[in-house]
Amino acid sequence: MQQPGRAAEIKAIGIGKSFGSFRALDNLSLDIGRGEFLTLLGPSGSGKTTFLMILAGFVQPTEGKLFSDGVDITDRPAEQRAAGMVFQGYALFPHMSVEANIAFPLKVRKKSAADIKRRVGEMIERVGLKGHEKKLPAQLSGGQQQRVALARALVFEPGVLLLDEPFSALDKGLRGQMQAEMKRLHQETGTTFVFVTHDQSEALALSSRVAIFNHGKLLQVGAPDEVYDRPDNRFVAEFLGEINMLPLKGVRPSGNGSTGLCEDRTISMGCKAELVRGDAILAIRPEYMSISGEAADGENGIAATATNSTYLGAATRLDLTTRQGAKVTVSVPNEVAAAALSKGNSVWLTWPAEKGFLLPHGGQ
Amino acid sequence: MRSYLSDRMGAALLMAPLLLFLVLAYAWPFLGVVKWSFTLPTPGLGQYEALLTDDLVQSVFIRTLRIAAIVTVVSVAAAYAITVVWVRGTPAQRLIAEFCILVPFWISVLTRAFGWVALLSNRGLINTWLQAIGFISEPLALVRNEFGVIVGMTHFLIPFAVFPLASAMRSLDDRVLLAARGLGSSRMRTFWTVFVPMTRSGIIGAAMIVFVFSLGFFVTPAILGGGRSVMIAELIYLRIFQSPDWGLGAAISVVLVLFVGALMALLFRYVRPKQLI
Repeated sequence: MQQPGRAAEIKAIGIGKSFGSFRALDNLSLDIGRGEFLTLLGPSGSGKTTFLMILAGFVQPTEGKLFSDGVDITDRPAEQRAAGMVFQGYALFPHMSVEANIAFPLKVRKKSAADIKRRVGEMIERVGLKGHEKKLPAQLSGGQQQRVALARALVFEPGVLLLDEPFSALDKGLRGQMQAEMKRLHQETGTTFVFVTHDQSEALALSSRVAIFNHGKLLQVGAPDEVYDRPDNRFVAEFLGEINMLPLKGVRPSGNGSTGLCEDRTISMGCKAELVRGDAILAIRPEYMSISGEAADGENGIAATATNSTYLGAATRLDLTTRQGAKVTVSVPNEVAAAALSKGNSVWLTWPAEKGFLLPHGGQ
Repeated sequence: MRSYLSDRMGAALLMAPLLLFLVLAYAWPFLGVVKWSFTLPTPGLGQYEALLTDDLVQSVFIRTLRIAAIVTVVSVAAAYAITVVWVRGTPAQRLIAEFCILVPFWISVLTRAFGWVALLSNRGLINTWLQAIGFISEPLALVRNEFGVIVGMTHFLIPFAVFPLASAMRSLDDRVLLAARGLGSSRMRTFWTVFVPMTRSGIIGAAMIVFVFSLGFFVTPAILGGGRSVMIAELIYLRIFQSPDWGLGAAISVVLVLFVGALMALLFRYVRPKQLI
């Protein structure tokens, strides 16, 4: 966070934060790579924003150490860390014009007038605010205010840009547009981005890595497809999207993967049964399951009866109940759903072995 | 619609006693004062001409404006400092600030004026102490002059400046201050370039209230000015009660009311009434 124009590499070791008896963050260790786009994802109160505020220097951790490019910055005040920051609600200076808002961090750094003028001009161009230079924040739309906030946070070329739910106030269409713009700014600047959100689709769409938080703990960090397809635990599996869970018995390694018994059928999985033996939960995302008239021997499949359907336009969401009473949801083509419902009797749910994964039985 | 009308009726009824009182006790008698200003001692604009030529009246007007301006600057600055503590301090600091703001309200203006006399007079606490420690040999002239008037008025008016300032500071978004610091601005710089400009409406409101109040001050300047630092309200009193010059006293009153009215109109162009509480 100290060399302008160069993406920072951040290392958090054993960071904890207590507010009185409330444990907001517990023993968090995380490496944030140079120039990566890391999303901190979790429900409200999960500790993700507290961690962002610790990175910014607005909140002092109760324990742990924070390094930026190898330098200990744990006790460094916010104004000396100078991470770029975009707040929820933007926090623009209401009494300053667009231009003055963006120039603020450069003026603080005592840049020359000519330098400020040039860099502010470039930044205004880059975020598409030309013609709005003299306006006050109150005269701008939500999307334009968002651009000012991004420009102000990036104009001094910080090593890291911290973003606290920047899109929560925007409507859906504008949000998509701003997401694309932010991705572009990330590529153009090469700066390390740390982004906080509670919206899992936003996290998966934008980031190079996602860190999932719950109850003050960092549960898993990984690339979007990694955390989505191979979550470490039930919370991560459920938080990232819909998931079907089936009880599995007698799990054991088999070849490169593992096998287990589900409703008296042998099920094979691509993943190794390293951590789970015996009873476990088999988890499969709804979009990986299909419906067939029958399941061939050796194919993963269980029998179920369709109970309800929801038309979603491009597809239909079908709720089914297995013979032993487990609830399963799948997303299938409309005509498949119609056929399954009209039959009234049982159909087979099938899925490729590599798409099922194991979660420990019970708890997390 | 019915309930809306009856609500309005209800509101009107609740306000009626105060309005009636203001009309009977202020507006109606004031019309009499306006009449005097045009009729005493002889009908015509003579009194208003005298206002423009009378050296004493003009010097008192100028002194009143000068004192009001100084009191405004000092009170608003002092009130700003205490309000920052009151609104943004730790709970203990807030309690102390609140005490300092509210206690003066419970002590009458007369008591406070005499309190200042006891502190500031030649044989008062400050002068005797300073002499006792050998800091000065002759007592300082701290009272019965403009300085004493300004001290007493400032002390009285600080709490009135606090409320509009507190209102402005409370409505300020903390994240904006965090943003300034996050962008590299020191606490000092953030205070001057972000916090103060963002509380501008409170500063304007506080300054206007203090200034308008200052123009009509009577008791404090009468006691602490000791007859040597006469302000406009005292001049009106002298014209009406101590010299048979009712016409001139009335004309000064009319000019003062018009001036204050114009200032209030200006104030409400820039500040919404609810920002003043």
